[in-house]
This record gives sequence, C-alpha cells and structure tokens, in this order.
Amino acid sequence: MMATLTPPAEAQAPAAILVGGSAGAIEVVALLLGALPVDFATPIVVLVHLPRNRPSALAAALGGKCKLALREPLDKEPLAPSTVYLAPSNYHLLIDPGPSFALSVDEPVNFSRPSIDVLFQSAADVLGPRCAGIIVSGANPDGARGLQAIQVAGGRVAIQDPDDAAQAVMPEAALALCPNAQVLSAEEISQWVQQPCTWQTSGKGAR
Amino acid sequence: MSGEFDIELPLLLEAIHLKYSYDFRRYALSSLKRRLEQALQDFDCRSLSALQERVLREPEVMRGLLARLTVQVSEMFRDPIFYRALREKVVPYLRTYPSLKVWIPGCATGEEVYSLAILLREEGLLDHTLIYATDIYPEALRKAEAGIYQLERIADFSKAYCEAGGRASLSDYYTAGYNAAVFDKSLRAGVLFSDHSLATDSVFAEVQLITCRNVLIYFDRVLQDRAVSLFCDSLCRKGFLGLGAKETLTFSIHAAEFAEFVRDEKIYQRR
Repeated sequence: MMATLTPPAEAQAPAAILVGGSAGAIEVVALLLGALPVDFATPIVVLVHLPRNRPSALAAALGGKCKLALREPLDKEPLAPSTVYLAPSNYHLLIDPGPSFALSVDEPVNFSRPSIDVLFQSAADVLGPRCAGIIVSGANPDGARGLQAIQVAGGRVAIQDPDDAAQAVMPEAALALCPNAQVLSAEEISQWVQQPCTWQTSGKGAR
Repeated sequence: MSGEFDIELPLLLEAIHLKYSYDFRRYALSSLKRRLEQALQDFDCRSLSALQERVLREPEVMRGLLARLTVQVSEMFRDPIFYRALREKVVPYLRTYPSLKVWIPGCATGEEVYSLAILLREEGLLDHTLIYATDIYPEALRKAEAGIYQLERIADFSKAYCEAGGRASLSDYYTAGYNAAVFDKSLRAGVLFSDHSLATDSVFAEVQLITCRNVLIYFDRVLQDRAVSLFCDSLCRKGFLGLGAKETLTFSIHAAEFAEFVRDEKIYQRR
C-alpha cells in the first residue's frame, strides 16, 4: 500500500459544508442559515427533497433569513466563498474537480432526484477531508451512504438527533451507518457549523 | 472511491477510444464515475481493469457499457416554460424562413424530438422543416425512430404539453395500445435520425435552430467548448440555440458569439 501524504484535516480549511434533508428539513436549514454571519466564508450546499417538476420554492423560503448570497448553481459553476447553493429540483447535483458543480438527469437514486447520496458521494470523492456533511430531518433513508462516504474520506459528519427531528427516518438511517457522527439538535448544528474548532475534536469516527 | 479506480479510469477510456472510437475522455467526471461503478456491478467486474479486459475482447460488453454511459432519461416537454418561450418568442422568427432546418444533438430516445415536432406542427411549420435528430447510441436512435413510449409516462407528458402551451390534446398525436403510446408517424416524416458524436464528428448542415438540453451537463468544459463550437458553425446568423434550464454559455470560450435571447430559459441567438 502506498503511504498517504495528505496533511491532517485540521490543517485544511473546509471547501464545502453539505446539508441534506427532506420532510421537516426546511425549518432546520432556515435556522442554520439565519445564524450565519455575513462574512461566513465556507460555501454551503443545501439539498432538500422537493416535489418533482415543481420550481424550487426553497430559495424564497430561505432567502429572507440568510445574509449570504443564495442561489441554485448552474452547470460547471465553481464553488464560491460566502455563498449558499440550493440543489435544483429534478436534477442530481454533484461536485466535480475544481471544485465546481455538475448536474445530471440520471435515474433517481433512493426514489430521489436530487439524491443526497449522489451529492455527498461525489463531494467525498473530490473534496475528501475538506468537506463536512450534515443529515437533518427526513422521511426516507437517502443520504446515509453519502454521509458514510464523507466520513470514510476523512470529512466531518453530523446528524440531527432523531429525537429532535420532525422526521426521524433519515437521521436514524444515517446514524446506523455512521454511529460515530456528532449527534446534535438543530440549535447545536448551527453552532457546530460556525465553530471550526469543534470540527477538530469531532472526528472520532473518522480515520 | 479507491486510488486504483482513478488510475484505471483514464486507461479504460483510452482503450475504448482506441478500439471503438467512442470518446468519453472528456465526460464530466463525477457522473461518469457513478455510471462506471454501476457497470462494474452489472458486469460483475472487480475493477475497471477487469472491465477493460472484457470491453476490449467482447464487443457485446462494449454495447452494454455504451448503453450505460450514454443513457439519458428525458421527458416530453420537460420544463414546459422552455417550450412556451420557444413558441412565443422564437417561432415568430422561424416563420420568416421559407424552409427550416433544426438539429437536436443527443436526442436519446426522442422525447424532445416529438415535443418539438408537435410544437412545429401546431405552428404550421413542420411541413417545411427538416429535423436532424442525432445521437451516438444506435439503440436509442432506434427507439427514437419508433416513437413508442410507456403509457404510464403519458400522464406526465400530457400535463407538461398543456403547460407548454399546447393547442390541442396530446392524445391527438398518439394511439394507445398494449400499455404503450405510439406517436403518429407523420410527426417524424421530416426527421432524419442519424449517428453523430459531439465529441468526434464535425458540422454537417446549416440550421436555424438547435435544441440540446441536458446533454452538455455530461461533458467537461473542454468538450462543452467543442460542442458549442459545432453549434456556432452550424447555426445561421441569428439562429437559435436552446439549452437545459441549468446549462449556460457563461463559462464557454464561445460565449461572445451568442446573445442571450430568452435569458431565463437559456435560449441564445447566434450573433
């Protein structure tokens, strides 16, 4: 086996924070985004399952609460600092080397397009330890394998406490695959995202 | 994903190109990797090297892989507001030509072809229009030419057709039977289904309209630039290019050769 010369994750600034959820997620995401200061640099990518073929109402629901720029990314758009990206409906959203966004209209995964697994797995592959994944309230198990991929790649992972979530299915599925993830309430997730120092001690489940 | 996978990937793509002339070397990486991981499972191969061995020696494996690498899932009148914009803003220009040529690259199984043919029929333009519907996957072209879609998909198509400003009922254009909808063959009387690769082939006609929706998203920036340069050279002056809702020429080296015509619907006009 070749030795890896990757510097420890603590030494690197995160390249992206990814948040996935479905039913009951919008309130958690709104809380998280509303708490972010205007100079928060790390790009944030939000994927919430929405009804198919419906223009995303998410931007409207979240825009008023967030001080950062907020938009749906276009194909090949590079990830920019201080920006919140919302996964558009009826496409898969992926991270390509760059890092930049990529889209696909491949078949749904876990009955979902966009699928959290697809986004998280591509982010784990491209960003490795330089990304953080968060799974919040949701009613299907999408995202669990993606979160596991981020953890295996050395990234930071957090899950909304199933007892705190409006829908526990998604957090529970994630917890089953990532038992060492940080388990946090919605309030604590907002704090966790903003405090890089806690990232350094949270990775007991990572390599 | 393992480091070995990343090493084997370009080798496999090179092998496919050398042996079969299909060029996937400039496809967008993350989607390509997903599709290849799926192919590893489907062909029961332990690694991309093992898959490469089979691809090189078993042409039927290449056919199966081609299906997996090119598959595009499309719908009729996907993004109805695009078709509405086409009808309301672009058709008035198209009327000014005595005859029309349209190119639909990456037409896959033809949903977009029939959508456009129906729109042009309703605007009285189809009779003097020639549509080039091209793809690299022969099986998809065969399906496109057959124009047969599962009946269970038709409800969504009909809804989208109405939202797209359809003037009649979608059922006027197909006959239902055996769990399938068979589209009226008069719709494709002026359609030429043909093999063409945006990665390796060149310009073949001058056209007034190109619609290429959710095809470029599978290409990297370099291949996108190649495809867009083909569009540039194929379009007549003031010709139109329609892309997918999340596709843009903003990052293209050819951006300056197009003007945004309907900005939100990604309809561009050749300068």
